[in-house]
Amino acid sequence: MSGARDRSSHSDGGKMPEQAARNSFGPPSTPSALARVISVFRREFATYFATPVAAVFIVMFVAIAALLSFQMAGLYTRGQADLRAFFQWQPWLGMLFMPALGMRLWSDERRSGSIELLMTLPLTTRDMVLGKFLAAWAFACVALLLTTPLWITIAWLGEPDHGVILAGYLATAMLFATLLSVSVCLSACTRNSVVAFVLSVAACFVLLLTGFSIVQDFFAQWSSKWVIESLASMSAMTHFNGLTRGVFDARDVLYPLSVVFALLWVNVLLLDWRGSQ
Amino acid sequence: MPANLIQATGLRKSFGTLAAVRGIDLCVARGHVLGFLGPNGAGKSTTMRMLTGFLQPDAGTVNIAGIDLAMNPLGAKRNLGYLPEGAPAYGEMRVEEFLAFTARARGYRGAEVARRVHSAVARVHLQPCRGQRIETLSKGYKRRTGIAQALLHDPPVLILDEPTDGLDPNQKFEVRQLVRDLGKDRAIILSTHILEEVEAVCTRAVIINHGRMVFDGTPKELDARVPAGVTHNRLDHIFRTLTAANSKERA
Repeated sequence: MSGARDRSSHSDGGKMPEQAARNSFGPPSTPSALARVISVFRREFATYFATPVAAVFIVMFVAIAALLSFQMAGLYTRGQADLRAFFQWQPWLGMLFMPALGMRLWSDERRSGSIELLMTLPLTTRDMVLGKFLAAWAFACVALLLTTPLWITIAWLGEPDHGVILAGYLATAMLFATLLSVSVCLSACTRNSVVAFVLSVAACFVLLLTGFSIVQDFFAQWSSKWVIESLASMSAMTHFNGLTRGVFDARDVLYPLSVVFALLWVNVLLLDWRGSQ
Repeated sequence: MPANLIQATGLRKSFGTLAAVRGIDLCVARGHVLGFLGPNGAGKSTTMRMLTGFLQPDAGTVNIAGIDLAMNPLGAKRNLGYLPEGAPAYGEMRVEEFLAFTARARGYRGAEVARRVHSAVARVHLQPCRGQRIETLSKGYKRRTGIAQALLHDPPVLILDEPTDGLDPNQKFEVRQLVRDLGKDRAIILSTHILEEVEAVCTRAVIINHGRMVFDGTPKELDARVPAGVTHNRLDHIFRTLTAANSKERA
C-alpha cells in the first residue's frame, strides 16, 4: 500500500467510490466536514459535564481568579475602574488550567484503547483534532465567562472603558486557545495524562516567559537586538499585553491564530504518523 | 457491490525490527463468516487493525465493499463495523449516549439517531442497561455495547476481534447466534482462540502464525486433517500441529 496515505487529507473521495459506498447498508450520504467536527465536539463537551471535571474546574478557576485579583493585585483598593488587576493574572492561570483541560484529550484515548474505535469511525484526523480542541476551548471560554460578574461590579462602582475590558476578555480567550493548542498537541505524544500535564505546563511557561524583561535582559548581554526582538515577538505574553491595553495591532491577533493553526496541524501529523507506526 | 466485500492483498506490517505480518491475502464474500485463528502474537490483531484502517500497512492493499481503504478511507469505513480487541469505549458515557455519538459520527441526524440506537440496543439485548454508564457495566454488557456500535449502521462488512472473549456460556451462545444471523447477508471476519466457535459459526477458517497464513479452508477441511485415533479436542490438536510445524520451519 502506498505510504502516502493521510487520513486527514482525504475528504470524501471521488465519485466512483462514493457510488460504491451508497448501497442498501449504511448512512445514505457522507456527513459534511462541519457535521463530523460537531459530532466530536458534542461528545467531548458533554464529557466535561458528565464528570466532576466541569464543577471542579469552573469553581477553582473562578475562585482563584477572584482571589488573585482582590488579594494580590488589589482590584478594588487601586482606585481604578478597570480589570487590569484581573487580566494580569490570566496568563499564569492559563498556564496551569489549560494543560489540565488538554492533558487527557489524546492520552486518555490511547490509554483506554478508545482511539482504535475513534480512528475507525468515518472521521478524518482533522475532524477529531478540531472537534476536541474546540470543545476544550469552548469549555475554557465558559469558565472565563463566569468571571464577568467582576466586570458588572466594576461597571456598577465606576465608569470603566468597556471596550478595553472586552478586548481583555478576547485577548484572554485567544491566549487560552494558544496554551490549549500546546497542551492538546503534547497530549498526543504520551498515553500518560500526568506526563502530558507536566510537559504542557513547562512548554506554556517557556512560551510566556520569553516576553519578560528578565529573560530578554539575560539574552541582551550576549546576543543581538534582532534575537531579543524575535524572542519577544514569539512570546504569548507580549501579544496578550498588547491587546489587554486596548491597543489593536493585527500582529497580536495573527499570533494566536497562527500558533493554534500550526500546533493543530502538528497534532494531525503526529496522530497520522502514529497510525503508520 | 463486488463479490468479495473484504479483499486484502499482500498485507505486510513491521514494528521496528519485528515483522508482525509477512504477506497476508484475504478475501471474504457476502454470506461468509471467516474465523481468524492463531496463537497470541501471531499477527491477528495487527491484520484486523490494517483491515479497519487503524494501522497503515507497510505494503499491500485493502478493499472494503469495493472501496480502496487507502484512496477513500471515509467511504470504506462507512461500510465497516468494527469491534476492537477488549471492546474499548468511553467509560464515562451512558450506553445510549455512546451509541448516539457513533450514530452522529456516521452521519445520522435527528430522529434517525434515536431509531438506530433503539434498534442496536434491541438487537444485542442491552435494554436493561441502556441508561447506565459504560464503566459500571459487566464485561458481557460492555462487549455487547461494543457489538451494538459495530452493528448500528447496518454495515455490509463486520470485523470482530474476539467478540466472545470473557463472556459466560449463555452470552457466548447469544453472540454466536447473532453472528450467524448477521453473516447471512454480510461478510464477517471474527478472530477467536476458541476452535469450537469456528465450527459453530464460521463458514471458513484461516490460521496464521508468525504473520503468515498456515491454513485456509472450511472448518470441515480443518477437521479432516485430524490424524486418525485422535478423538478429544480434535481441532485443538490440528491447531497445535499447524502452528508448531510453522514455528519449527522458522527456527
